[in-house]
Amino acid sequence: MSTITLSAATTPIRFYELDEHPHPEGYSTMLGFWIYLMSDCLIFAILFACYAVLGGNYAAGPGPKDLFDLGLVAVNTAMLLLSSITYGFAMIAMQRGARRVTQLWLAVTGLFGAAFLGIELYEFAHLIQEGATPQRSAFLSAFFTLVGTHGLHVTFGLVWLVTLIVQLGRKGLIPANQRRVACLSMFWHFLDVVWIGVFTIVYLMGMLR
Amino acid sequence: MNLDPNARHNPDHGQGQIGHAVAELPHARLRDYTIGFALSVLLTATPFWLVMTRPLPASVTVAIIMAFALVQVVVHMVYFLHMSPKAEGGWSLTSLIFAIIVVLIMLCGSLWVMYHLNANMMPMPHDMRQIP
Repeated sequence: MSTITLSAATTPIRFYELDEHPHPEGYSTMLGFWIYLMSDCLIFAILFACYAVLGGNYAAGPGPKDLFDLGLVAVNTAMLLLSSITYGFAMIAMQRGARRVTQLWLAVTGLFGAAFLGIELYEFAHLIQEGATPQRSAFLSAFFTLVGTHGLHVTFGLVWLVTLIVQLGRKGLIPANQRRVACLSMFWHFLDVVWIGVFTIVYLMGMLR
Repeated sequence: MNLDPNARHNPDHGQGQIGHAVAELPHARLRDYTIGFALSVLLTATPFWLVMTRPLPASVTVAIIMAFALVQVVVHMVYFLHMSPKAEGGWSLTSLIFAIIVVLIMLCGSLWVMYHLNANMMPMPHDMRQIP
């Protein structure tokens, strides 16, 4: 007995867990998805840097003041912001276990997202019709790449959203589906965060330039 | 990787929602979303109003809208993305800080290099702006 206490006092006892303990399915999905979002953040950072460097090169073409309609951008921003809170309602409904309500709020979110995309496509079509195509100047190339990439993300978010509504209808609120809804929630709110940068740097700063 | 092996398997972590097998789903609360939404509306509407009506000089407006954008990003992170130092045992915050550092290096580095490049260029024989 005394030898054990002596050895314990001199050398610290170490424990090694050699067995792989079971993890619940998808236990690391949320963290993994967060890390994906951070890497997506880098894509947008590069595009923002590009726009910041090239945004003043109009090549004697039209500038932001000639092209942008702030009223339209404000409506667009409102659409995305409203879709963010309706997604929040979907998350809350999911926690209560109300499948139909979750689907309903997801559908409302999808409608706001589609409205956002529609307005953005209308804006792009209008710009191209006026001759402000991506080929016109470095400013317009950078503008279309940055805003277009964000729009593309929203498009894929919408595809995911529709898929999830169908999935929820077929399989219900199973843990896998809950995880998917939570992942899309992060994706959707992340796109809203990127849009804050877009409307501030591209549109508002463009009008002040 | 996870320093605290109990962090993921703590039964209180799921906060009593359905499906305990799904560890670590963020707990959404109506209060968070309403506060976040109200703040976002305020932080979005004010810059738009400032730029559309121009009650202030341009340099002040730029400073205000940039500050509002930064605050709004934090608001979205906290209230919509449920970001907290404790989320995922601290790994979310670690990766966020890493991403912010890389983004800052990329943004500031690009701007710095490109503006210096511009300033240090040889003077052009013709003013390029005159060429259509």
